Amino acid sequence: MTKKTVFSGFGGQGVLMMGYVLAVSAMRDGKEVTYLPSYGAEVRGGTANCTVVVSDEEIFSPVASSPDYAVIMNNPSLAKYEGMIKEGGTIILNSSLVDTVPPRNDLEIVKVPANDIAKKLGSERTINMIMLGAFVAKTKITSLDSIMNGLTEIVKGKKASVMKLNRKGMDKGAEYAAKA
Amino acid sequence: MIGEAAVRAGCRFYAGYPITPQNELTEYAASAMAKLEDGTFIQAESEIAAINMVIGASMAGARAMTSSSSPGISLKQEGISYLAAQELPAVIVNTMRGGPGLGNIAPAQGDYFQATRGGGHGDYRTIVLAPASGQESADLTRKAFDYADKYLTPVMILGDGMMGQMMEPVEFPEPVDLSKLPPKPWVLDGAVGRPSRLIRSLLLDTSVEEDHNWKLARKYETIAREIVGGETYMTEDARLVIIAYGTAARIAKGAVKRVREIGLKVGLFRPYTLFPYPNRMIVEMSRFVKDFLVFEMSTGQMVEDVKLALEGRSNVHFYGRPGGIVSTPDEISKEINSLYHRRHLEEE
Amino acid sequence: MEKKVFQRPKYLKDAVFHYCPGCGHSIIHRLLAEVLEELDIGDKAIGVPPAGCAVLAYNYFDVDMGEAAHGRGAAVATGIKRILPDRIVFTYQGDGDIAAIGTAETIHAANRGENVTVIFVNNGTYGMTGGQMAPTTLPGQNSTTTPGGRDPDRDGPPIDLSQMLAITKGSTYIERTAVNSYKNIKRTKKALTKAFKTQMAGLGFSLVEILSPCPTNWKMSSVDAAKWVDETMTKIFPLKVIKDETGKRIDN
Repeated sequence: MTKKTVFSGFGGQGVLMMGYVLAVSAMRDGKEVTYLPSYGAEVRGGTANCTVVVSDEEIFSPVASSPDYAVIMNNPSLAKYEGMIKEGGTIILNSSLVDTVPPRNDLEIVKVPANDIAKKLGSERTINMIMLGAFVAKTKITSLDSIMNGLTEIVKGKKASVMKLNRKGMDKGAEYAAKA
Repeated sequence: MIGEAAVRAGCRFYAGYPITPQNELTEYAASAMAKLEDGTFIQAESEIAAINMVIGASMAGARAMTSSSSPGISLKQEGISYLAAQELPAVIVNTMRGGPGLGNIAPAQGDYFQATRGGGHGDYRTIVLAPASGQESADLTRKAFDYADKYLTPVMILGDGMMGQMMEPVEFPEPVDLSKLPPKPWVLDGAVGRPSRLIRSLLLDTSVEEDHNWKLARKYETIAREIVGGETYMTEDARLVIIAYGTAARIAKGAVKRVREIGLKVGLFRPYTLFPYPNRMIVEMSRFVKDFLVFEMSTGQMVEDVKLALEGRSNVHFYGRPGGIVSTPDEISKEINSLYHRRHLEEE
Repeated sequence: MEKKVFQRPKYLKDAVFHYCPGCGHSIIHRLLAEVLEELDIGDKAIGVPPAGCAVLAYNYFDVDMGEAAHGRGAAVATGIKRILPDRIVFTYQGDGDIAAIGTAETIHAANRGENVTVIFVNNGTYGMTGGQMAPTTLPGQNSTTTPGGRDPDRDGPPIDLSQMLAITKGSTYIERTAVNSYKNIKRTKKALTKAFKTQMAGLGFSLVEILSPCPTNWKMSSVDAAKWVDETMTKIFPLKVIKDETGKRIDN
């Protein structure tokens, strides 16, 4: 099994972090992974994206020309990626900011109002964990616990309260995906 | 990956100048060197200054490196020529991007000629290592420093924007114990209790320069015997073998796997030393393989080395995507498929 | 009993200088070797010779020498000194080397306060390549690439690199001297001594610019060339301490 995921949104939405946490978590699960962030002049315009490939076998191309999944954080990202997603693929959509729905009818679309949920939790900064929670719950590419361990490994030294908030956000996102 | 591997290989001096897509390495070197008691990082005023600082550090005995991307490597060529001439060890990383000129910042392989033919002025070569994964980037970085010291010559690690940006799990080797590295009886550290030493490249006497050139040539022959290497993948029964390096080889491997699933007898050969080039391994394959397809992210550079190696023994085909285009395994599979049938390789 | 009153300094090899009669390099070489000996730093000195007339300096200095590409002396010296901070590192560069092709390397080394010593020999011409216009060629001065003399409107005026370097925060001691007379030679030796003391005390970048006659390319007799330094060259490049922030941190 080889699954390719694109994460895309504005700079500042924690897009690269989402991908990085997934990559580290899946690596600790014993999977083969590649993590490819967008870079250079491309990211200076305020958009950010990254590609994570998770596989049971050697990964050949780290590029997602036709990703299985896309985590879409804003309108421009949807416009950019919707046509590229593999037939039958899944989009996790931040419905707080994305107001259109792709015309393709072969895709499964999971709407998560991440900004609204984050506001209720009292921290806008958890939107990426909310989306990641929804993504993992939907795709089962790894487990929520693995994600939490991955995050802990990456941000080691962060306060317990912050981690708790992240966990809460992730669980909320997962709940949403389960309902969808 | 290369940054950490370099530190573990005993690199204690890094000088560089910002250029995309390889700033991660420069930034890593800055923080890694700061953590070392004996580490030096200098953000130089230019690529030219950076390579010349590396020359100084190397003269003084340190394991030293610099890194850049295509346009910056052009500037460093002056210093690389001096390193080769003065027989000084150093490691240079080139994260290739689209070109010529300013080009773009996407992954490309257009600097193959520049890297493998020496690049700067004069009659010399540079060892060129081409990793295709994170792990191999780490492993070849260690080897690069060892080769540089052993053969007293600059070593280039030739990657591309993809290798430069991508992250993969890597197991790093244990750090080198600097005190256990072989002594360097040529370093300039002050003539205390010994005759003064000289490191130079000016050889006005033509016969001395000629001797020096032949000495270097013999050294490159030794290197060619001792360190040449490439990886084969499903070549045993192959009727068509793809030859590619670095990121192109990864993509080609995916394509080979795909066409194998539909029964095409196709394999992959991936050189990881580009100078010296694994001629003999290719000649060996040509006993059974009559068609080779060279795939590069350029308009065709390494393909010339393949032709030189084969000397007409087999057919050499080429497929390339220059300018920063990264092909998909799908695209390459289609190319393989069409060539396979065009050449009637499916027939017994 | 005979008493030896003059001999080859310890750090000069037993070799005959290839420099032209009346050229300043031979004098400067000797002064440098004397200073290395008097300060007892020759055994830990590493020199970086340039491309230019002094490219063969390594044939004369009996200290470790590592040759740099044209203009890159300051960068090479930076690399050496950073790896071996307790050694004495100097570059020996001409005007074309330091003030044209190597301007960037030199300014940035000075600005970083690299603790090295630069010997900048200014003879206003590209001697080795045959007398082309140098960055320091004077207005009106003839060269093989400025027929009719250097025209500041066309070629720009001579550049005062030492002044430029003095502006950088990292430079500590910069003096301009000459080797065209006994008095100036004495002063040059004093300046070289101070420059190396600056480095020994770890105070940062030091440089001595030395106006040096080039009778061959100036197309003058040795005597006229020495006079020309005083009468013409010093009008544009006055002999003086350009910057001295050593204060009381070294003895003079």
